[in-house]
Amino acid sequence: MSPKSQFSGMKDLPKTHLLAPGSAMCAGCGGLEAVREIYDVLGGKTVFVNAAGCMTLMSVYPYTPFRGSWLYTAMASAPAGAQGIRDALDILKSHDRIGEDEDLDVVVLTGDGSAYGMGLSSTSGAIDRDLDFLYVIYDNEGYGNTGQQTSAATPHGARTATATSGIGVAGRKKDLFSILAAHEPAYVATVIGAEPLDLARKVERAKTMSGPRFLIALSPCPTGWGFDPQLSVEIGKLAVKSGAWPLKEYVDGRLVHNRVPKPLVPVEEYLKRQGRFRHLFEPRKDEFTLMDIQAQIDAYWAGVMDHDGA
Amino acid sequence: MTQRTLITGNGAAAWGARLAGAEYMPVFPITPQTEIIETLGDWIGKGEMGGRMVTLESEHSMITAAGAGAATGVRVFTATSSQGLLYGMEMLYTVAGWRVPLVLVNVSRGLSAPITLEPDHNDILAARDSGCLQIHAATCQEVVDAILIAYRVAEDARVRLPAIVNLDGFYLSFTREPVWLPDASKVAQFLPDMDPDEFAFRADKPVSAAVAVLGGGPYSYFRYQTHLAALGAVEVFEEACVEYDRVFGRSYAPVMAHRLDDAEIVFVMMGSFATKAMDAVDRLRAQGVKAGLARPLLLRPWPQDAIRKALTGRKAVVVVDQNLSMGFGGVLRGEVASALYGQADAPGALLGYVGGLGGRDITFAEFAEMAREAETAAAGGEAPPTRLLYTQAELREVRNLQTLAHAQGLTPGGEGRS
Ligand SMILES: Cc1ncc(C[n+]2csc(CCOP(=O)(O)OP(=O)(O)O)c2C)c(N)n1
Ligand code: SF4
Ligand SMILES: [Mg+2]
Repeated sequence: MSPKSQFSGMKDLPKTHLLAPGSAMCAGCGGLEAVREIYDVLGGKTVFVNAAGCMTLMSVYPYTPFRGSWLYTAMASAPAGAQGIRDALDILKSHDRIGEDEDLDVVVLTGDGSAYGMGLSSTSGAIDRDLDFLYVIYDNEGYGNTGQQTSAATPHGARTATATSGIGVAGRKKDLFSILAAHEPAYVATVIGAEPLDLARKVERAKTMSGPRFLIALSPCPTGWGFDPQLSVEIGKLAVKSGAWPLKEYVDGRLVHNRVPKPLVPVEEYLKRQGRFRHLFEPRKDEFTLMDIQAQIDAYWAGVMDHDGA
Repeated sequence: MTQRTLITGNGAAAWGARLAGAEYMPVFPITPQTEIIETLGDWIGKGEMGGRMVTLESEHSMITAAGAGAATGVRVFTATSSQGLLYGMEMLYTVAGWRVPLVLVNVSRGLSAPITLEPDHNDILAARDSGCLQIHAATCQEVVDAILIAYRVAEDARVRLPAIVNLDGFYLSFTREPVWLPDASKVAQFLPDMDPDEFAFRADKPVSAAVAVLGGGPYSYFRYQTHLAALGAVEVFEEACVEYDRVFGRSYAPVMAHRLDDAEIVFVMMGSFATKAMDAVDRLRAQGVKAGLARPLLLRPWPQDAIRKALTGRKAVVVVDQNLSMGFGGVLRGEVASALYGQADAPGALLGYVGGLGGRDITFAEFAEMAREAETAAAGGEAPPTRLLYTQAELREVRNLQTLAHAQGLTPGGEGRS
């Protein structure tokens, strides 16, 4: 984290929250936690462009928790909505029809279902066009709003509403970070609400840049993942400590890991607290699948050591 | 200075956008529309026209960006056709719900499958219930004029809805016709600048747009509001036509009439194929048949009163649909029937024909036959079921193609697949 940050420690994090309380999200929603922390740093001079998902219910007529603006689009095309707003604001500014003070930061807010799947083409297109926007992806690893069906972000071995038997999802979580980074946008970072300092620094950094910028926030989801809402932060921290959710950045064309967990907490510690992985532990332990998941994580971090020399 | 030039329907559409001072043009190519966006791109590139064009990666995104741009307070133009219109259909309904004004030109083209490039109205009619206004141009002249009128109606505070101007692929898109281009210096009289602050995203004025609603109460409220605004748009359209006539000297109405005054047999058709009906009316008149044509320029909102006025008291009404609602028949015939049902002076018979699919021609002989059937139906007081226009020769030709395909082992395993 090279440039100077106003957030040198937890004490520097915003004490009061911009986002008004009382939304329709579930208790302990890791997505909401991340959005709240992100919003505190971004501020109210923003317009959120949303796609269908849990967060759509943040603004239900006639209430909104946002100080700034909001536009709900559809599941596939929130980045295109951001394109329209950004372009229009630029046109208005270029003709002096609005002042700089009336300008807004355009922020896309969608779940993994949109970002990893249906909206990937509109996301890719927005990067091609070098759109100046920030895209916040809250990744609850499934189609949460519709009842946690399997999405392209669901990890191997998780059970979902559409993978209710056997090991659950046989596929692997799509590497959206690399897909986005391959487009060479201005910025891509992974974050998690349970690590607010790392998150705040990344939002701060993204805010100072222009061009396409992405924050992928792993979002522990009590309802979809099957855990007690009060474990949300603990599970989030374990996602990082176990190495299942690497905190990293793509910036200036380089990949940087912000934290290399050493030693890695066994991934079982992360998995066993979640109902979606219970079948890997009960009635018999599925050693094979657990080893497979651990091996994937180990291989990832071995690659990081080689690459970063950390 | 008013100038008369020879341009295609696509050229006319581009001129419409240019004269309207469109500022933002999210686009995506598709035949037969592409020439519109190429023309605009060329003008912008050469500095002959202001505005910003952005190529999106799909029509779904294109319409999203168009709606979002309009919601931020700039004048938006976009264009598509056929598969593109359907690909963006979710957003067409969505941006109508956003209550934002923009103009989208659709260059009609038949829908897949089988895939074709040639025109009919199934694409545009799929957008019938979207909440977008719908104007059907029949000539290149009407394309330019309709675009300017569409902006005025769409942006009117009483309406605030997207408008689609439809023109037929090939028959208009690639056909050169003499067009009077409206005098650019007079456009501002007719179409004032958009008020960017009426509904827009600004730092000092936060708005939440298109938020979710819970329950049928608020949902119905917003849907009804949109419907009422659309209904009111008939009058706003009429006002715009009067003003257009005053400024540019060309007069339009929601339903365009050709030799209607004393007509006994009235054809109802939309778009460029209606000019074939116009020609047929003239020839039938020469043969002593009192024929006429009523052509809805406005399909949405549906100009119910004007339709009734045009069609009640006639011996027979013949609706020629250039579309096919499978398992029902022609869409326009259904609309016309709904306007006439229960009317005191309803026509003696209402006949439906489907023709012009995928650009298939409709000949004078067919119009003459329709008129004869209409006379018979009116006399007998009973209309025959909807007829699908097709000749023996056409059927023979398809049979020949099939024989050829079979002989060469080319059929992929079923008639109708391609
Ligand atoms: C075109 C379309 N298809 C399906 C849906 C139904 N739908 C609404 S929200 C949703 C899940 C979205 O998943 P994600 O982006 O991960 O957000 P989450 O619900 O998890 O917050 C789906 C499938 C929709 N709204 N639009
Ligand atoms: S389902 Fe999950 S992501 Fe959605 S609101 Fe509930 S906790 Fe949050
Ligand atoms: Mg999700």
